Amino acid sequence: MIIEMTDVNKDYIQGKMTVPALKHVNLQVEEGDYLAIMGPSGSGKTTLMNIIGLLDVQTSGTYLLDGNRVDTLNDSALAVLRNRLIGFVFQQFNLLPKLSAQDNVALPLLYANVPKKERRERAAAALEKVGLADRMNFRPNQLSGGQCQRVAIARAMVGGPKLLLADEPTGALDSKSGEQVMELFSQLNAEGTTIVLITHDQKVSTYARVTRHIFDGELR
Amino acid sequence: MFENIALAFQGIWSHKLRSFLTMLGIIIGIGSIIAIVSTIKGTNEQIKENLIGSGNNTVSISIYRGDSPMSFDYEGVPDGLTQITEETMSKIQALKEVAAATKYVERTYSGNVFRGDTAYNGAVRGIEPDYFSVAGYEVYLGRTLEDSDLAGYTKVAILDATAAATLFPNENPVGKTLEVAGEPFTVAGLVRKSSRFEPVIKTFKDYNTYMSRSAGEIFIPSAVWPVVYMYDEPEKVLLRATDTDSMTDAGKKAADILSGTVTAQDITYRSEDLLEQAKKLQDLSSSTNKQLIWIASISLLVGGIGVMNIMLVSVTERTREIGLKKAIGAKKARILRQFLTEAAVLTSIGGLIGVGAGIIMARVVSGMSGAPMAIDVTASAIAVAFSMVIGIVFGFIPAVKASNLNPIEALRRD
Ligand SMILES: Nc1ncnc2c1ncn2[C@@H]1O[C@H](COP(=O)(O)OP(=O)(O)O)[C@@H](O)[C@H]1O
Ligand SMILES: [Mg+2]
Repeated sequence: MIIEMTDVNKDYIQGKMTVPALKHVNLQVEEGDYLAIMGPSGSGKTTLMNIIGLLDVQTSGTYLLDGNRVDTLNDSALAVLRNRLIGFVFQQFNLLPKLSAQDNVALPLLYANVPKKERRERAAAALEKVGLADRMNFRPNQLSGGQCQRVAIARAMVGGPKLLLADEPTGALDSKSGEQVMELFSQLNAEGTTIVLITHDQKVSTYARVTRHIFDGELR
Repeated sequence: MFENIALAFQGIWSHKLRSFLTMLGIIIGIGSIIAIVSTIKGTNEQIKENLIGSGNNTVSISIYRGDSPMSFDYEGVPDGLTQITEETMSKIQALKEVAAATKYVERTYSGNVFRGDTAYNGAVRGIEPDYFSVAGYEVYLGRTLEDSDLAGYTKVAILDATAAATLFPNENPVGKTLEVAGEPFTVAGLVRKSSRFEPVIKTFKDYNTYMSRSAGEIFIPSAVWPVVYMYDEPEKVLLRATDTDSMTDAGKKAADILSGTVTAQDITYRSEDLLEQAKKLQDLSSSTNKQLIWIASISLLVGGIGVMNIMLVSVTERTREIGLKKAIGAKKARILRQFLTEAAVLTSIGGLIGVGAGIIMARVVSGMSGAPMAIDVTASAIAVAFSMVIGIVFGFIPAVKASNLNPIEALRRD
């Protein structure tokens, strides 16, 4: 079991008000699964992904990632786990504008203290895999949105994570680029990567093997 | 680490104008300090050179009663103070700080030298032939003093230019006669300080400092001294140290050896330490300029605050980048290091440019005012290192702010 959430709640404190963003969430994801989480805007999708991705901590309940309790780990241990276990794909790509595609992809390896030569080789291989071997030295502003998202996917995969977390990965793309991205995900899942995909697009969710729905912080 | 530095350079280069403006405070601060230091150093070296004479390094050792120099012409020679023996001279010459030494007798103000009705009031010295080589004099007209002059009690005199100008204005003195205590002396030659040493005189103060010692010099063989002055008159010693920095030691050790031969109460040999005198003058000129350094430091403080300000702006601008880096596994410490490196690289470059600007400033000022300047490598290195420290100190708050950014907040922002 890679993700095991039991009775997870997340409250945001806003002034004197408590805003419950997640309510009694139970979620199990096996290794190799491909799960889509669908829900309208403001339903708590991003909140859930942040907790799964160790960027945020639940208010109550237990969360085991790859069998480990993570709510007691310190900042630096969490950084290491994120680096080793998880690849992130965001709606806005979040590439560093000053770096080439290759350097962007190599970034997680830098934080894993991989030597420079190996970083460059592995980044090149990852870019080749997403079909951008010929765009290695392009900067993000020289690439289309679909190409940027594929660079971001290469960056998410370069360290060989068990889990790929994607928050609205096609949200900023035209439908053709979106399809390319989704096909890439299917291929990665076929090769064994567990994928949790967050979307409000019905068509996108059809690529997943399982779809769960979230409404108002409740996961069904 | 090198990657961080390389990245920092990239970041600075891609914001050339902003980086330059940020560095400006540091550049001005370091620049003024280096300019001041270069001027201080230049002045100091010139003082040292003027007083000591580069490569000459002579120290003179005189006889004191209590704290005042003795003059035998009216005090007489006290018991317990004798002439210097050859053995004592060998001991002095054997000191490792001493390159050469010679003994001589002296009247600082001679009242008994005339040529016709013209009186001469400069110094008269009874010397041995090696005096000129120890003192760094060269004969430029006529001949020098020889051993035969001492052996034969020849009444010859060697003059410096001032003495010659006083007694023999507008004529060649060599071969002419002057009188010392009524005895005729033939002028054998004229000497001057070797051309290596030429004090640089720019102000009246300089003139007083360096020129007051040259009221004229006349040299006669020490063998004939008793004929015109006194028998068995105790000698002074002139020595040349092996190098400038040994002058103090050479003088002190030789004076100790000489004082050891004295049995008279209250009488000692003392070295006239030009190096120490030079240091006193240097301290005087430095202390005024050091105040200026404090003022320049304020500019550095302002520069540091400027760096902090820009770094804070930079952290805000790069919130998204920081959030992303943390999300994909960068630890706090790494983000902290990144920003500290950036600040340190920025201010170090500022420091380097400042050192360059300071040297140019000093050159320009020196060119316009004639004040000397010299590049101080140590001070320059310290200045650059100090700039780096400023970067680290003032970059610390922004760097902490960056490393504490919450990645969720950072990524949410658009
Ligand atoms: N930092 C926050 N502070 C307060 N409320 C928040 C915060 N983040 C999210 N929320 C609230 O939590 C709920 C879920 O938000 P989110 O997880 O971003 O939804 P989604 O991604 O599905 O659009 C929303 O009502 C949102 O306003
Ligand atoms: Mg969302």
